[in-house]
Amino acid sequence: MNAPPIIIIGNGIAGITTARHIRKKSNKPILIISKESKYFFSRTALMYVYMGHLKWEHTQPYESHFWKKNKLNLLQETVTNIDSENKKITLSNESILSYDSLVLATGSIPNKFGWPGENHKGVQGLYSKQDLENLESLSASIQEAVIVGGGLIGIELAEMLHSRGKKVTFLVREKSFWNNVLPKQESKIINQHILSHGIDLRLDTNLEEIIADENGRVKLVRTDKGDLISCQFVGLTAGVKPNVEFIKQTNIATNRGILVNKYLETNQPGVYAIGDCAEQKEPQPGRRSIEAVWYTGRMMGETLAQTLTGTKTEYNPGNWFNSAKFFDIEYQTYGLVSAHPEDNEKHFHWKHSVKDHAITIAYNKETYEFLGINTFGIRMRHEIFDQILSDKRTVFQVAEHLKDCNFDPEFFNSYEEEIITKFNLEFKTKIKLKRKSWSRIFNSKLMKS
Amino acid sequence: MKKLQQLGLGIFLIGLALFCSLMFLGSYNLSNNQFQKIIESKRIKSEIFTGKIKSKIVDKEFSSSFEISEIIINSLKESNKIHKTNREWNKVIYDKPHSFSYEILKVAGTGIIKENKVLFWLLTFGLGIFGSLLFIIPNIITLGPPGIKNNGIYFNSATNRGFLGWFVFIFLVVFYVLLYFYPDYIVNWTYIVDPISENLSGNPASQWFLYGFLYCTVMTVMAIRMYIKYRNNKYQILRTTSVWFFQIVFAFLIPEILVRFEKPWYDFKNAFPLDYDFFFSWNLNSLIDSGGFGLFILVWGIVLTLIIVPVMVYFFGKRWYCSWVCGCGGLAETLGDPFRHLSNKSIGAWKLERWLVHGVLVFSLLMTGFTLYSYFSGSQSVLGIKTQSIQNIYGFLIGSIFAGVIGTGFYPIFGNRVWCRFGCPLAAYLGLVQRFKSRFRITTNGGQCISCGNCSTYCEMGIDVRAYAQKGQDIVRSSCVGCGVCSAVCPRGVLKLENGPLENRTYAPEFPLGNSL
Repeated sequence: MNAPPIIIIGNGIAGITTARHIRKKSNKPILIISKESKYFFSRTALMYVYMGHLKWEHTQPYESHFWKKNKLNLLQETVTNIDSENKKITLSNESILSYDSLVLATGSIPNKFGWPGENHKGVQGLYSKQDLENLESLSASIQEAVIVGGGLIGIELAEMLHSRGKKVTFLVREKSFWNNVLPKQESKIINQHILSHGIDLRLDTNLEEIIADENGRVKLVRTDKGDLISCQFVGLTAGVKPNVEFIKQTNIATNRGILVNKYLETNQPGVYAIGDCAEQKEPQPGRRSIEAVWYTGRMMGETLAQTLTGTKTEYNPGNWFNSAKFFDIEYQTYGLVSAHPEDNEKHFHWKHSVKDHAITIAYNKETYEFLGINTFGIRMRHEIFDQILSDKRTVFQVAEHLKDCNFDPEFFNSYEEEIITKFNLEFKTKIKLKRKSWSRIFNSKLMKS
Repeated sequence: MKKLQQLGLGIFLIGLALFCSLMFLGSYNLSNNQFQKIIESKRIKSEIFTGKIKSKIVDKEFSSSFEISEIIINSLKESNKIHKTNREWNKVIYDKPHSFSYEILKVAGTGIIKENKVLFWLLTFGLGIFGSLLFIIPNIITLGPPGIKNNGIYFNSATNRGFLGWFVFIFLVVFYVLLYFYPDYIVNWTYIVDPISENLSGNPASQWFLYGFLYCTVMTVMAIRMYIKYRNNKYQILRTTSVWFFQIVFAFLIPEILVRFEKPWYDFKNAFPLDYDFFFSWNLNSLIDSGGFGLFILVWGIVLTLIIVPVMVYFFGKRWYCSWVCGCGGLAETLGDPFRHLSNKSIGAWKLERWLVHGVLVFSLLMTGFTLYSYFSGSQSVLGIKTQSIQNIYGFLIGSIFAGVIGTGFYPIFGNRVWCRFGCPLAAYLGLVQRFKSRFRITTNGGQCISCGNCSTYCEMGIDVRAYAQKGQDIVRSSCVGCGVCSAVCPRGVLKLENGPLENRTYAPEFPLGNSL
């Protein structure tokens, strides 16, 4: 009889990264189970399929022979139960499989808040491959759409529908787009940008009710302002939550997500949870207990693979970073920039007089330690900022080395002079920009390897 | 705006239809006087051939180029056959039959097109240019604010190997087959650019002048499209301007003007071995015969290939040539841009690419070796293989079929860089330098990649850029032409083309940045 495999439930970035890194170090049998799709795909690329930038197969980072070559077995099934005492799982077809270790990487599901009519036809989130397929099948019958929820998926869904010529109304509960993450000047830039694309952005507006026609298909949305908006599609994008429904019936401890310690272990021996579905019992200082982003999923996968190949390793995600794109504006962030700075955090903000280029630098007003940066329409080098954050450099050192930090394509307009002028005025300093230095840039890169 | 664009498309199609229909218009009447001139200039000694032409063609009116061409070619073949059996080698006509027929038709043409060159230029080129600009320029508004504009590319039958794509494919292939192998059928097209050619070089237009002019026109119109599509991206705008400039000035204007001053036609940027007949004896003789200037070209051509090209690749990567200067690259980056995503990204295609492109490089070098040996030793063959045959095979398979018919004809099916990726010997040479001794690389920005696949999809060279980026690895690939589109389409700012120190150029971390493992 063959040894039971490491079973990974979920073939998103977290599960697949785990599998790949186990395979780099060990020949243990691995089985990946997911109903969603046979092959791993990039969830963040779903939008580009709907917009016609990519075809479905382009969202798959590995060719299909990759899985066979690396002996990563794929099973397109749903897991219905986990018996962690006997190290067995049950599939929806009643078959039972034994595992050596079990990795739960089940991802997220869209939030629903019990809105009246939220289950009508034409109402959905955008998370899974099936969501994309549903949207595509409805698409021809959509002229007007309403998006509810002002986060990253909401703005992506707005862009998607807009690209196919749909009239989009975007309901955002907050007074300004994503203002629980972005400082208010930046949030304002995005508001303007959304409007400039012809999206009917309605801030400070809540969904009250979704009204269907006689066939059960959505036809109207009523807001708390009393407005009735005609639509054939409602996108519910009010965030996501861990996909843990079927785990709650097992003896694996959950809260909002599956509870894990710093080794990504659940309360059951041999069972681990990673990615969006995992909830850290003791998150690192400054970090949230659930971080449903691509990068943390990847990093948990890398970490767990070490543990599963014999090197027990703590999850230590390092300095925070993230990125997104709001229609045509690219956004990157390194370190922590609070939306509403408190205590000693203070911000330096610069925006181009006309164009949508902006940066915000957060620093400690006592020590001038650099805390983080948000950039809009300007690309920055990850390695350099990671180094700056690890070395706890001051905001002055960052300002001086802005040219090293820039990662925009060649010949792009650079704004460092403008930024430094404003910086010097605000800080009453006389900092001069240092010339770009390859040795500084590459040293920071090499220190990471 | 949509209406305006549809109108533009309509006008363009009318221009195109008129252009195609020119093949079937006009008539041909070869006078005895004209024929005598041809006999003299071509030094034709075959009385059988001249007799046949005189009885069948001279002073007769033909309404179709196909008909008259058939008679000429048959006469030529029949007379050659007789002379060969009689071993009258000096009477055999060695010209390619359709090229020879082209020369007769070029002078024999009469009628509506030849008498109204400017009018027909306006009805074909004129309408085509006007219509396509009317189609393209409203994009400033219809595409929305500046940014990446790839919406609907995979829904469009023209850019997703749909019926329109296949139609364009067939059209282009037929065009190239006519251009390379049946120039006599398209002699009417050359009349409408005669006035331009006469102004530049003083000579009537050949099919190659027509092709050069068409090439420049297409590149100009499609460069305007590039300016609009990539108006958020200065790298693309400068690159497009550069590649356009080198085509118009170096590949088109300067060579034609050289001819006017009785110098050899020469494209100063076309480096050997892409310029595969540079060392052919007829070219060497012509260069040597044209004195100091010819010698300058000879030296320049050698220095370009041996010194300038590799040194520039060392500093900037092969992009300085392939996507900033080269004519083939110029067409690929303008006319070909709408098809760039159709390149094959599989590992299998990469393997094929390495065999083919290096194979062509070896072939071109062997052929040149044979050629130079023959040139200096005076012997017709090397190791029992005729130099002439090797040159003919190369010219046919690589120079015509691969570079032309497949290289451009297959844009709508295999993407816009089929020739550059699988066939160009210069690209192979530049690629070796780029891979092993160059400051150029595409830097991956730490751990920011989300594996979305835009970079790989829009890579015209079929490089699986994502495979590197998602590992946090910098990208050094011999085939990369540095078009910069991977960096442009990346939604997370992950990729940057740059020239930096050679140390750790192929940097590949165990984990992408972010994890403190």
